[in-house]
Amino acid sequence: MTRKTKNDDFPHKADVVIVGGGINGCALAYQLAKRHVDVVLCEKKYLCYGATGRCGAGIRQQWSTRENTELAIRSVKMFEKLEKELKMDIGLRQGGYLIIIHDKKEMRQAEKNVAMQKSLGLNVSILDVDEIQDIVPILDTKGINAIGASFCPTDGHADPFKTTHAYAYAAAQHGAKLYKFTEILGIKKKNNLIDHVVTTRGNIKTNTVINAAGAWSKKIAEMVGVKLPNMPFRKEILVTERIKPLFKAMVISFKDGIYFSQQDEGQILGGIPIPEEKPGYITTPTFTFLHHMAKTLTHYAPSLRHVKVIRQWTGYYDVTPDARPILGETKGIKGFIQCNGFSGHGFMLSPMVTKILSDYIIDGKTPPILEKLNLSRFDDKKIKREISVVG
Amino acid sequence: MGDKVFICRCEDITLEEIEQAIDEGYTTIEELKCRLRLGMGPCQGRGCLLLAKRVLSKKTGKTYSEIKMPTTRPPLIPVSLGVLASDKKNKK
Ligand SMILES: Cc1cc2nc3c(=O)[nH]c(=O)nc-3n(C[C@H](O)[C@H](O)[C@H](O)COP(=O)(O)OP(=O)(O)OC[C@H]3O[C@@H](n4cnc5c(N)ncnc54)[C@H](O)[C@@H]3O)c2cc1C
Repeated sequence: MTRKTKNDDFPHKADVVIVGGGINGCALAYQLAKRHVDVVLCEKKYLCYGATGRCGAGIRQQWSTRENTELAIRSVKMFEKLEKELKMDIGLRQGGYLIIIHDKKEMRQAEKNVAMQKSLGLNVSILDVDEIQDIVPILDTKGINAIGASFCPTDGHADPFKTTHAYAYAAAQHGAKLYKFTEILGIKKKNNLIDHVVTTRGNIKTNTVINAAGAWSKKIAEMVGVKLPNMPFRKEILVTERIKPLFKAMVISFKDGIYFSQQDEGQILGGIPIPEEKPGYITTPTFTFLHHMAKTLTHYAPSLRHVKVIRQWTGYYDVTPDARPILGETKGIKGFIQCNGFSGHGFMLSPMVTKILSDYIIDGKTPPILEKLNLSRFDDKKIKREISVVG
Repeated sequence: MGDKVFICRCEDITLEEIEQAIDEGYTTIEELKCRLRLGMGPCQGRGCLLLAKRVLSKKTGKTYSEIKMPTTRPPLIPVSLGVLASDKKNKK
């Protein structure tokens, strides 16, 4: 795995070059190499340096748009089989997502979402307050005015480091070449076709480049004059010391923007947006977040007030105007494939998204979802926004 | 008592596990953190990161000062959620 550090064996050509060694880049490398595509992945730092290594790694199928719900449902089916397929532990734990409903308006939206999710075959239901209490006993349902919650027991979490490593390792086993500390500096085209990429280790001739650079995807696209509507937003997150197991579900609230869960090892992990966050490449953690998160978390679960925070950090959401990813070929530049704009949900969608994209690259298959999530949708004024977002 | 040598006592990581990860290609402290959870426990790496740096230096041939330490993350010492949530300001 990413053992390649010497320059002498650096490839001069490849069928496909992947930019970015996060979960999406590594899963793409695996999907393509498995089907005998000659693929090279370049990561400017190390695997998981980007959002993947900083994320909550929650896996949720309860969305408001069909596209996200469908991708998430199909991804969960893949997550469930991934350890077997990749022959490695990915730390999958399915304790469900509990989405708190605070008022009638939220209840109406939840009923609408649940009906759509059920029509896609998801096991999801709306719980009353007593049922919520059974699932997460430490919740102060009165204090937070919970009138119900939607719950899907197969939602959950996987370890982002383990999952990425498992994909990267399996990719390398199938012949993919993964280079860390190798930055893509430029993408050169000839007659609207990709011709080669320029890296800190030399040029690679290729006709296909996949832009899986997360929050830096916008900059990669600029290298060939493509404008992506994506914006990087700093997102903060914290983790506490380990405590005895108290609950298994991820608790989230769209109203308060909070999400938190207890990890297998016992830590409480969670985040919340801070008011008036502006886009940009800012990485410093703030006390504003620490205070706001501590206050909201102890409001949700007062008994956690004695639990100590051991670490806070930040990462970027790569946010699109409709909070849905940008996938597939770019109009006007054949061979320039987008796999970015995942906002706050690129980990959970990665298994299916990368499978669909690799099938497209190899077989030319374009399922409807790929058409719907193409960059060209932003040419149209009317876009359907995903509203079920947190963090 | 076995003869295991523990480097990271918060996360129970042994010298052998670190050496193995380095052999697998995880050749920076940041990568060892990702791979093994090295230094991610309550002491935040105070006890183990310098030791791991020595192991890395020995195995990779990089000098001790060439090996970068990871970003320090707040809070520097564990602080309870209750204290962090408090709105009261200490008036001097
Ligand atoms: C705090 C936080 C919490 C989150 N919680 C969740 C969650 O619960 N569930 C979920 O599904 N998602 C969550 N997300 C979102 C998720 O982390 C991302 O959508 C996902 O990890 C994106 O993966 P990726 O591989 O596309 O990009 P990244 O992991 O960002 O990887 C992109 C990589 O590209 C590299 N790169 C950039 N420029 C270049 C270049 N020029 N040359 C070479 N390499 C380059 C970067 O170094 C980086 O490693 C969260 C994100 C954050 C920040």
